[in-house]
Amino acid sequence: MRLEYDVVVVGGGPAGLAAACSAKEAGAGRVLVLERDKEAGGILNQCIHNGFGLHYFKEELTGPEYAHRFIKQAAQLGVELLLDSMVLAIEDKVVYAVNITQGIMEIHGGAIVLAMGCRERTRGAIAIPGDRSAGILTAGMAQRYINMEGWMVGKRVVVLGSGDIGLIMARRMTLEGAKVLACVELCPYSNGLARNIVQCLDDYNIPLYLSHTITNIVGKERVEQVVISKVDENRKPVPGSEMAFDCDTVLLSVGLIPENELTRAAGIPLDARTNGAVVYENMETEVDGIFGCGNVVHVHDLVDFVTLESRRAGAAAARYAMGAAEGGGQALTLRNGSGVTYTVPQKIRVDTDQKAVTVFFRVNDTYRNMTVVVRDSDRNLCSFKRERLAPGEMEKITIPQKLLQQAAGDCLTVELIQEVRV
Amino acid sequence: MYDVLIVGCGIIGAATAYELSRYNLSVAVCERFNDVANGVTKANSAILHAGFDCPVGSLEARLNVEGVRMAKELCEKLDVERRDLPTFVIAFDEREMGELRMLYDRGIANSVPGVRIVDREEALALEPGLNPELIAALYAPSSAIVNPWEYAIALAETAVRNGVTLHLNSRVTAIEKQEDGHFAVSTTTGEYTARYVINAGGAFSADVYKMVGGNDLEQTNFCGQYYVLDKSQGGIVNSVVFPCPDEHGFKGVLVAPTVHGNLIVGPDSFVVENGDCVATVSPMLEQLQAHGHRSVPGINFREVIHEYAGVRPNTQVPDFIIGESPICPGFINLAGIKSPGLSAAPAIAKECMQILRQCGLEPAEKDTFIDTRRRMKFRELNLRQKEEAIAQNPLYGRVVCRCETVTEGEIVEAIHRPIIPRSIDAIKRRTGAGMGRCQGGFCGPRVHEILARELGVSPRDIPMDEDGTYILTSPIKEVPADEAGV
Amino acid sequence: MIELICIVCPQGCRLRVDPENGCAVTGHGCPRGEVYGRKEVIAPTRVLTSIVRIEGALHPCCPVKTADAIPKEKIADAMALLRTVRLTAPVAIGDTVAEIDGTGVSWVVTKDM
Repeated sequence: MRLEYDVVVVGGGPAGLAAACSAKEAGAGRVLVLERDKEAGGILNQCIHNGFGLHYFKEELTGPEYAHRFIKQAAQLGVELLLDSMVLAIEDKVVYAVNITQGIMEIHGGAIVLAMGCRERTRGAIAIPGDRSAGILTAGMAQRYINMEGWMVGKRVVVLGSGDIGLIMARRMTLEGAKVLACVELCPYSNGLARNIVQCLDDYNIPLYLSHTITNIVGKERVEQVVISKVDENRKPVPGSEMAFDCDTVLLSVGLIPENELTRAAGIPLDARTNGAVVYENMETEVDGIFGCGNVVHVHDLVDFVTLESRRAGAAAARYAMGAAEGGGQALTLRNGSGVTYTVPQKIRVDTDQKAVTVFFRVNDTYRNMTVVVRDSDRNLCSFKRERLAPGEMEKITIPQKLLQQAAGDCLTVELIQEVRV
Repeated sequence: MYDVLIVGCGIIGAATAYELSRYNLSVAVCERFNDVANGVTKANSAILHAGFDCPVGSLEARLNVEGVRMAKELCEKLDVERRDLPTFVIAFDEREMGELRMLYDRGIANSVPGVRIVDREEALALEPGLNPELIAALYAPSSAIVNPWEYAIALAETAVRNGVTLHLNSRVTAIEKQEDGHFAVSTTTGEYTARYVINAGGAFSADVYKMVGGNDLEQTNFCGQYYVLDKSQGGIVNSVVFPCPDEHGFKGVLVAPTVHGNLIVGPDSFVVENGDCVATVSPMLEQLQAHGHRSVPGINFREVIHEYAGVRPNTQVPDFIIGESPICPGFINLAGIKSPGLSAAPAIAKECMQILRQCGLEPAEKDTFIDTRRRMKFRELNLRQKEEAIAQNPLYGRVVCRCETVTEGEIVEAIHRPIIPRSIDAIKRRTGAGMGRCQGGFCGPRVHEILARELGVSPRDIPMDEDGTYILTSPIKEVPADEAGV
Repeated sequence: MIELICIVCPQGCRLRVDPENGCAVTGHGCPRGEVYGRKEVIAPTRVLTSIVRIEGALHPCCPVKTADAIPKEKIADAMALLRTVRLTAPVAIGDTVAEIDGTGVSWVVTKDM
């Protein structure tokens, strides 16, 4: 079955929905969202906790409530939604998808927006040794079983990883009657929001072991015991520091990985630091007319920023589909200087109508009282003071287009320095 | 009374059941786990070895070469994934060259087809992924890689379709020879009687033999760990790569693609007490990386997606122990089947039938013998074929496992085959769902739901793998019994 | 002096609350933080989120939240209340599920189902 749309969005979570709405608002005629689940909303459907929307809506919403705003808006704007539909491949700007009613669909899009989100890092990927017991699952899978399928997954729990998902699930399981014995974190600091340490761990007296990791899991059929050890500055277990916990469940919250199988198969270049596509300031990838937004480009902390980024992508996709491509002209490449792990976008075109470019970035450690500097080959273009920076908290700076147009050379470096320099 | 009762349904038990099902015999298989191929067969290198490293004149050597030859047609008929893939054993110095020559001589003596020694240039031309510091290699083109669980499942399913009775969750607890010569076999699913008993107990074969008084099988189970790497690493080599055997003759850490397109690196080797101890052990696992790099420097271990460990049943005899027990007539051992057990399996089965004939069993061949099997593999179809498949069965239109493109149609089909899968991992072994990058993170709950629905059981009763590996504990918001009605 | 992290928004400002000085709050980045700091020391409250079982919908769970923050001591009661409730689809965001005794706050639905 052959279909044609102006903008085709892969993924109906917060990123895809925001991009689709924005594409419609920017004048795109026919916009299609392809979603593999039976309802739109993506991961937000299982994020029943609140904390969403404080920036974007100035309200504190739960995940489903946040998703609802965009599902409703999409319907009102006339975005077409195909649920229970899986994209198999993207080839030469054609999206191949499948579902049980329409079979194989060959969807031709004027522009394509990738919004596939991310997956969770697994036990296998970090090689936790020990028995192959049942009861070891990622926090997201536990969240799905508990919040959507309606099943408890364990009674005595150890959580590995103090990122937000792990913290949220520690609280969730406690409130459902489980005993969460510990939250174990490899780094000397937690990657999650400080508010979650308070309302998920402190509130329920769940101890947090920083600079620790799980060194063994014991359990013939189901988890019976977990052994944790302190780690040294090289993240290697310290012999003699082992502590055992009798438990039946291990929840893993050890990182998210952008889901880029389709992207890779389509030959779109990825950035090894973000694990997502290399994108320009309008969220276009290195392949003309294919855009990306949300967790598939880089893992976000706040869905509000996903929305902003996705709106940018959707609008740009609409413009592209309507023939007003932004392509060509000089593009500056962003380099990650001292303290900076990655930036999104990685490339910035200077000859556009935009007034400014928002650059998201992450730092590689915790810092206090730093200045974020953007400089070209000769001089500093602009700088921004930041009191606190942490790897678990994505930052953004906005660079005026005029400064970008004045930049010498074809590279900009974003870096952290201790004091202000002009 | 069964004519033959086979203890164990791993690759050996399954191959034997398949072979015996050609004949007018009443055959039963007793498998201790809730699914077939859950022991040694579940976790190994999945390689059909060329056979050059078996001791000359051994049973192993003959059965390995024959089994690998038989596998090609067998896997085609039964729709088991198998791929011809050559083997290299690489040498870096003169001592190792000596080993290579010895393996070559053995290969010739064992009638391994096409085996030869190649120089560095030819080795690298044939397999660019090899460590360029090698000085020569043994090249054996007759090897292959296979899907080991599918091999066992396909053989077992076909045996069942041809009339073999499979008792799952049936652990043999006692075997008593009766006065008139037949056997009374006690199991956890009931008492059975049989004229002949075949011991295909894998890691537990010594325990099984003890039940009839056989105390001279000294079994030591060796555990071997493996890394599984992402498909992006699967193309790094198009061969099975071995280092030279070390001074103890240990085959060493191999690097090989799998039929699914992943790469495996392993195994190491250490003794374990229990036959089903398959834990992975950290420092040793990491050492595998150095070994892997020595053979294939380009491996990127950051792409590891999984580790597993498998057990190999070694005995004091450096060969398979295949034969009627001298102390217990009618009891046939297919024991000590370590590597190349998978390779030799169909030949071992034929050997077993031959032994039964020698014992006096002369059955006629069946008139109708079902010898083919087909499994839908949606992801391998082209677009038009996919379209046609969905028109036939809309459930092929719902992709459940995104990473491996496995559809609900395939999962439902797998549940309604002759051997019913009852766990998440049983579905994984039959369809591939859950073997990809996300390791079941997305499809797990969905497979769970489909299984519960198709089997008509509560999701709580679906284990991850063996019985006892429960996933769910209780329904959410359940009112405790003592509070209900208040 | 009590040191707290404000949980009102993701910023997580570090507050200092002085119980000897009428619970004066410093370190807050906004007025809500000041309110939170004082309340957290005197009478801490929390907004809770959870699910209730529902019939006739795509999934058997309907996400809910407390319409307002409730005293921390009432958390156990609030959670126990949810075990006794069964909803039937359709429900809409904002629908009242059940009132939590002694708080004046109700559990409300957070997803159209």
